Amino acid sequence: MRLVILDTAAAVAEWSAKYVMKRINDFKPGPDKYFVLGLPTGSTPYGMYQKLIEYHNAGKVSFKYVKTFNMDEYVNLPRDHPESYHYYMWNNFFKHIDIDPKNVHILDGNASDLVEECNSYEKKITEAGGIELFVGGIGPDGHIAFNEPGSSLVSRTRVKTLAQDTLEANARFFGNDINKVPKQALTVGVGTVMDANEVMILITGTHKSFALYKAIEEGVNHMWTVSAFQQHPHTLMICDEDATLELRVKTVKYFKALSAVHHKLIEEETPLDQFRTIH
Amino acid sequence: MKTGKLLQFVNCLILRNHKLINEDLWVRDGKIINPEKVFFDEKITADEKIDCKGAIIAPGFIDIQINGAFGIDFSYNTDKVEEGVQYVSKGLLEHGVTSFCPTVVTSPREVYHNVLPRISKRAGGKHGSTILGIHVEGPFINVEKKGAHPSQFIRDLNEGFSSVLDTYGSLDNIKIVTLAPELKNADRVIQKLTSLNISVSVGHSIGNLKDGEEAVRNGAILITHLFNAMLPFHHRDPGLVGLLASNKIPQNRIVYFGIIADGIHTHPSALRIAYRTHSDGLILVTDAISAMGLQEGKHNIGQLSVEIREGKAYITGTNTLCGSIATMNQCVKLFKEATGCPIEYALEAASLHPALALGISDKKGTLNFGSDADFVLLDDGLNLLSTWIAGECVYKRL
Repeated sequence: MRLVILDTAAAVAEWSAKYVMKRINDFKPGPDKYFVLGLPTGSTPYGMYQKLIEYHNAGKVSFKYVKTFNMDEYVNLPRDHPESYHYYMWNNFFKHIDIDPKNVHILDGNASDLVEECNSYEKKITEAGGIELFVGGIGPDGHIAFNEPGSSLVSRTRVKTLAQDTLEANARFFGNDINKVPKQALTVGVGTVMDANEVMILITGTHKSFALYKAIEEGVNHMWTVSAFQQHPHTLMICDEDATLELRVKTVKYFKALSAVHHKLIEEETPLDQFRTIH
Repeated sequence: MKTGKLLQFVNCLILRNHKLINEDLWVRDGKIINPEKVFFDEKITADEKIDCKGAIIAPGFIDIQINGAFGIDFSYNTDKVEEGVQYVSKGLLEHGVTSFCPTVVTSPREVYHNVLPRISKRAGGKHGSTILGIHVEGPFINVEKKGAHPSQFIRDLNEGFSSVLDTYGSLDNIKIVTLAPELKNADRVIQKLTSLNISVSVGHSIGNLKDGEEAVRNGAILITHLFNAMLPFHHRDPGLVGLLASNKIPQNRIVYFGIIADGIHTHPSALRIAYRTHSDGLILVTDAISAMGLQEGKHNIGQLSVEIREGKAYITGTNTLCGSIATMNQCVKLFKEATGCPIEYALEAASLHPALALGISDKKGTLNFGSDADFVLLDDGLNLLSTWIAGECVYKRL
């Protein structure tokens, strides 16, 4: 695992966007070779999308040969509802870039057969050649996508009933009425994300600091599902100073000492392969 | 025009929900569409991207009071009515007007029977601006406030709605009727016209505030060229002007008012008073006469002769103003300058507000999804760059 500690949430946005851009450009995608990207929603990745749009507008990166798979979507929420993840992705990212809509995949929470929707999502990921880079955020309770505490760490894409904590946390997006918060969601499983070649997780803010501690300093535990990525060969955690508050001084110092190495990861001329062999 | 072609206007500021926002405008088959649905449902991209180079896109202007232009007067030009209307509607495209109400001033009965059936409502396009219906301004007005209307043709409503039918003949092509609310039987007539989906506007009147409020309760929704041809504001009886701040308007109703922002008919200070007291109801109208777009000299309006001197239109040989010769685009600019209002507001006063007053805001006057793709491209100084109707470019400044 790499832990990249940056000063601010804005720096996290910029760093992660640069990394996504570099990975896409290094991959040299084309009509016969698509870069497959897993994407999250929420407030943490918002800044990353803003930066990616900026780089796209500057002509530094194209999404023409990128396929995307989103992590999750609410069940039975109209697609044009401002809290739907379709709405989020369209307004905060897709409408600003040159991606072909045929290459965009988001779970359909309004599908008549939800189980079939989840199963076919897994198939589509496989058919696309698997996910090259999965970007994610985490919840204060350590969940990744909608894999709530207690989710199987080998789970696949499925229907998930949301935890009371999540409903309460999300009520603010639904007029502070918990009854309006969708009770279920479709989500990729922890196992689905584990299958990606690389996983990049963004963590910002003091309210996520305990989850970060649980994710990297304690054992693998299905009550903190993001801890599963301790067993992934290429996990990249990008956090701000605030998110490190619950970490040990030793941990923070160790990874900060590596910052020079980490910054090379987003330099345009650095070939990433060399870092793969000197973990 | 149904071609199924998907247009994406990029690099523009569009006016939506009262704000200019950095957003692309998507159009197909003459309508403004929701690109999110196209993206996720149809999974297609635009057939054509149109680079607006930073221009403002606003809903096309709607002029609900225009007597004529380019030498044609809708009331006076009674021989070649269709050609005249056609000529004006085409010319209006160059001023950003995508819909309008040809206005016929007080005229003899024969003129109404001859002219009204020949000005049909019709959709706009390259051939010209959309005709929403006729605005008949008179003849049921008060002779005391006749303005430029010929007094010998002014009529009363003593026979109630029969007077209306007898005078106009068919009502089919009529969208707005301006009448004086203090006339006997005006209440019944207003109710009847409103029930026929014709908007009633009060004006050319010496009515007091009570007359105005009664008219609104009966269905009247507009005031014709505020401040002009009505009693001046008086603090003990504010007259029709008082409707702007009346507390006797039924709930959820807005009284709209046309206002001529040509810099002559309404003093900038009066524009500011109207804007500050009742901004929701303000509608920019040109009240333009046949001389709009013409040189100085003598011209005709209704049955009267008109003279243009130094950019102002007078009844020949007098100092009575009889109509404006400013274009809608100029009015928007002048109004913004005079009031210091936001750009968004000035544009909506010429689009959204008239559409709301006429009950057509589901199709016209906004850039909302599902609306007709009638819009204008403007530069920062609100100068017109191009005019579009039903998604088709119908005028482009060279």
